[in-house]
Amino acid sequence: MDSLHSMMQTLPLLLHAAVATLLISVVSLCFAFLIGVAVCAMGFARSRLLRGLATAHVHFFRGVPLLVQLLMLYYLLPGAGINLSSLTAALIAVSFCSSAYMAEILRGGFLGIARGQVEAARMLGLGGLQTLVRIELPQALRLTLPALVSEVILVIKASSLVSVVGVAELTRTAQNVAASNYRPLETYFLAGAVYFALNSVLARLGHLGERRMARAHQS
Amino acid sequence: MKLDLSVLTSNTGAILGGFAITLETWIAGVAIGILAGLAIALLQRRGVSPINRLLRLYIEVVRGTPFLVQLFFLYYGGPSIGLQLEAVTAGILGLGIYGSAYFAEVFRAGFNAIPKGQMEAATCLGLSRWQTVRRVMLPQMLVIIVPSLSNTIIVLSKETAVLSVITVPELTGVLTGIGSASYAFTEVLVTLCFGYLLLVEMTAWFGRWAEAKVGRYMLR
Repeated sequence: MDSLHSMMQTLPLLLHAAVATLLISVVSLCFAFLIGVAVCAMGFARSRLLRGLATAHVHFFRGVPLLVQLLMLYYLLPGAGINLSSLTAALIAVSFCSSAYMAEILRGGFLGIARGQVEAARMLGLGGLQTLVRIELPQALRLTLPALVSEVILVIKASSLVSVVGVAELTRTAQNVAASNYRPLETYFLAGAVYFALNSVLARLGHLGERRMARAHQS
Repeated sequence: MKLDLSVLTSNTGAILGGFAITLETWIAGVAIGILAGLAIALLQRRGVSPINRLLRLYIEVVRGTPFLVQLFFLYYGGPSIGLQLEAVTAGILGLGIYGSAYFAEVFRAGFNAIPKGQMEAATCLGLSRWQTVRRVMLPQMLVIIVPSLSNTIIVLSKETAVLSVITVPELTGVLTGIGSASYAFTEVLVTLCFGYLLLVEMTAWFGRWAEAKVGRYMLR
């Protein structure tokens, strides 16, 4: 009964912190998507240098644990004279890490589009950017939606690591609460439940979006 | 910027020790994860509905919550119900649990890819259930799942870095510790970076090798 009472007290705090987790994830995902599109485009470039840079980007950010990337930003940049708040460092780290995965997901999507469509678009007089935005991106998004949804969930989970550099999101708040109410079991259980609820809702939305896009594609 | 490598050379023993613990937790965690994941996937095939629903919930919960929160729950929450684990043990167990959900999905996809007729044929030929699994399903499944298997193993190698947060003295923990003591963060973090890149690229290379090795028999 006692633990139920403490959980009732903890829940509002955790829900409030979940908003921070969600905000960090959404901002990082937006940047990750933009960087990912750029890196993906570089991977298809004619210049060997650009292609090499894209490969190096993907290998580095997928090969080094996010926690290590985070620590690098947090400890190394001040030494180079750049002072970042822990929140900014966290956003940059999560964005770049996720961008490597996004680039690979999108690459798969672009490769799935028939080459003739791009040629047809160019024949019809669409410019390179127009072809990208109007013809390629919408189709690549439809093809990669399931993978993108799992990337969103991965980023929400990965954002928990940001707690290590002191950003007060869901995991960090749970740590603080557990330290003050001496009920780590209940508190972390509750924090896990909030993450789980968040991810379940997103997965459901992803399925809905997939069905919607599939239907739009058919008609 | 000038690098002072003496920080690394004077701490070689500690760094190698940290790397050994990274390898130990990773290999033990992967082993537990693969065995538990295979057991889950095989249990799911039995098709007993309440058990299936429970296993599904287990997989969804493990995959739907952050590894760090799972570790905190296990390591700091465990003692309240009498589960007092050492940091390394908690790390291995946590890694094993986290991995088991992903491995179970990998195996499930592999089992689903094998035509049902083959299982029926194996039963007709008088093979026992375990013989069918070992002689008919696993060899074919391996060809299909090696890429996702090696991918999951790579993901787990990177998750070992998170164990430093619950005070496991693995590579990240040891090196950041040296960094805090000497303020030589650049040297330490660059080493850390290369350590993980080496581990990940070698595992990826091994995965591709295994892929070619098991796939060879299918080409004939």
